[in-house]
Amino acid sequence: MITHLLSAADLSRDDALLVLDTAEELAQLADRPIKKLPTLRGRTVVNLFFEDSTRTRISFEAAAKRLSADVINFSAKGSSVSKGESLKDTALTLEAMGADAVVVRHSASGAPHRLAHSGWIRGAVVNAGDGTHEHPTQALLDAFTMRRRLTDTPTGSDLAGRRVTIVGDVLHSRVARSNVLLLHTLGAEVTLVAPPTLLPVGVDTWPCATSYELDGELAKSDVVMMLRVQRERMNAAYFPSAREYSRRYGLDASRMSLLPEHAIVMHPGPMNRGMEIAAEVADSTRSTIVEQVTNGVSVRMAVLYLLLSGSTDPEANQ
Amino acid sequence: MIAYVLKGARLLGGEATDLVLEDGRIAELGTGLSRSGVEVVDADGLVALPGLVDLHTHLREPGREDAETVETGTAAAALGGFTAVHAMANTDPVADTAGVVEQVWRLGREAGHCDVRPVGAVTVGLAGERLAELGAMADSAARVRVFSDDGKCVSDAVLMRRALEYVKAFGGVVAQHAQEPRLTEDAQMNEGELSGVLGLAGWPAVAEEAIIARDVLLTAHVGSRLHVCHVSTAGSVEILRWAKSKGWNVTAEVTPHHLLLTDELAATYDPIYKVNPPLRTADDVTALREALADGTIDAVATDHAPHSHEDKDCEWAAAAMGMLGLETALSVVQEAMVETGLLDWAGVADRMSTRPARIGRLDGHGTPLAVGAPANLVLVDPSARREIDPFALASRSRNTPYAGRTLPGAVVATFLRGKPTVLDGKLQ
Repeated sequence: MITHLLSAADLSRDDALLVLDTAEELAQLADRPIKKLPTLRGRTVVNLFFEDSTRTRISFEAAAKRLSADVINFSAKGSSVSKGESLKDTALTLEAMGADAVVVRHSASGAPHRLAHSGWIRGAVVNAGDGTHEHPTQALLDAFTMRRRLTDTPTGSDLAGRRVTIVGDVLHSRVARSNVLLLHTLGAEVTLVAPPTLLPVGVDTWPCATSYELDGELAKSDVVMMLRVQRERMNAAYFPSAREYSRRYGLDASRMSLLPEHAIVMHPGPMNRGMEIAAEVADSTRSTIVEQVTNGVSVRMAVLYLLLSGSTDPEANQ
Repeated sequence: MIAYVLKGARLLGGEATDLVLEDGRIAELGTGLSRSGVEVVDADGLVALPGLVDLHTHLREPGREDAETVETGTAAAALGGFTAVHAMANTDPVADTAGVVEQVWRLGREAGHCDVRPVGAVTVGLAGERLAELGAMADSAARVRVFSDDGKCVSDAVLMRRALEYVKAFGGVVAQHAQEPRLTEDAQMNEGELSGVLGLAGWPAVAEEAIIARDVLLTAHVGSRLHVCHVSTAGSVEILRWAKSKGWNVTAEVTPHHLLLTDELAATYDPIYKVNPPLRTADDVTALREALADGTIDAVATDHAPHSHEDKDCEWAAAAMGMLGLETALSVVQEAMVETGLLDWAGVADRMSTRPARIGRLDGHGTPLAVGAPANLVLVDPSARREIDPFALASRSRNTPYAGRTLPGAVVATFLRGKPTVLDGKLQ
């Protein structure tokens, strides 16, 4: 197993399956009256959030607590130059406090990579979203959710041959980058759908297909993942108006009806209802949006457990 | 006046020759030369080149003396084989008045390591709104001939046209930092395959090429002289080749790092590799080398950009852009151009001394190594190999991208008007 989780590309197929299978095992905890394991007792996990993200932070916090780790939440808003302490000084402080793992969210792409490789800290670094780069635990929870919904026996299964369509602002999306990498590793066939302005230069070299048309992709999709699209993007001419975006790339009920019976609709949240996804779609039975949140905790437990415990059996320390 | 005899130096890499330096000039060339009461320098195996001239140096003084001063920057220059540097205008205060350029020029004279030729800002405060007093700077003691808003592009087409026209009155040249600002807002690295993967905002080649294309046309239209700073893309080379084929008065420079390093280094997220313009692809590097070899690109200019440790020891997006260059430039050119067979030492002399001096209208530099010429020259040991240690550099800053890397060649001695500024590889 790897020592840090910075990119979904860090995970081999075996690594990814180990995380997902461990998460599957840990998910059983949720059905028990006491939802807690003593596995990481005495270990310290720091949630270092340079960017607001309550949902990701509480997901990591719940994950660490269910494994009995001590959790320190450190929110350091603002970048190092504009205000206050630098990333380096913050890291040195955490190191001095004896952090075993640092979960970092930062607006600068590569900030977790810097933390992990600059020699500032010794603990494991988990990327909880960096700029427009990656968000590997989101991809893991998405894969976990797909596996549960689409396969009969999730444990041990990959996503070979599953067709996943990811729609929206790929250019600025760390979720899309991590998902393309992880889903490819797990054997899925990914298609990115977006207006040309929201696809990065060089996307043709990614291990996926791309399309500018949503309608043509729906009938063959097992999964449709809608990405959040910020309305402000239209001010930078990425698209003319929210309405036009919604018309061409939004998932509404009529588009949803083009999906095969078994297909699911995903969204990493937070949603712009009425923009990329219609309310009736978000609230439909195909939607896995609430499930994704639940699964996020299991997957993050698995990641922290595997990075920190050095064992592959979560109940071994009981 | 102490005279020097340099024994057995290979002039421009050619035959071993003795040089007698006296009264600031090359007094004699030949073999078996000796004089009494002179210092003898054993130059056996060393290559003699005219003193190098840098068209693009950031000395940071006034304003950022924590990163570099005229004293430390020119010491680094001398150690790198330079006898003259052009100090860029983006200081604080900006070098946009006769007062500031004269201050920088005077600091250079006091330091004495090499000649400092200040570059004047094109626009007041580099703000790109109205012309600075270019004539006053040209007429000042600093005798400014190169004008640049380097660090910022003169993006307004009318302002650029006027600047090109105006400098004709005193034989000036506008050195353009070609970067279309709207296409590069928040840009972090070369836009390409890797920027998409790394999630770093892309800096498209077209942002440079579009400005160069516009400016060569403007230059032709008003019959002036344009110099293009730090060309970094294969497309820019094509435009320059076309402009030169038309006979237009356009020159260009390339930095050593754009001749050697590629955007792949951004994958480390180590801001030591963050620079403006960004490191480009291997294909761009090849095109730049070829263009320098065939003369489409006239000069190597360091874009020596010292930054304090704090400005580099952080996340990529927060880091300052730029890297040191003066003390490694000649070695990088040896590796990228000489050892690849693209340029011989005469070619190196032309691209690093003769042409830059001519572009800057710099008298007394870049002249051939001939009897009677000013004794500005450098002795290089091309067989040396040295590992770059950031803490052994004379610059006040440490942001070299070559730390730990072994580069070929070493400057053994630098002479400024017959006086050694560097001898045995040490600052005098």
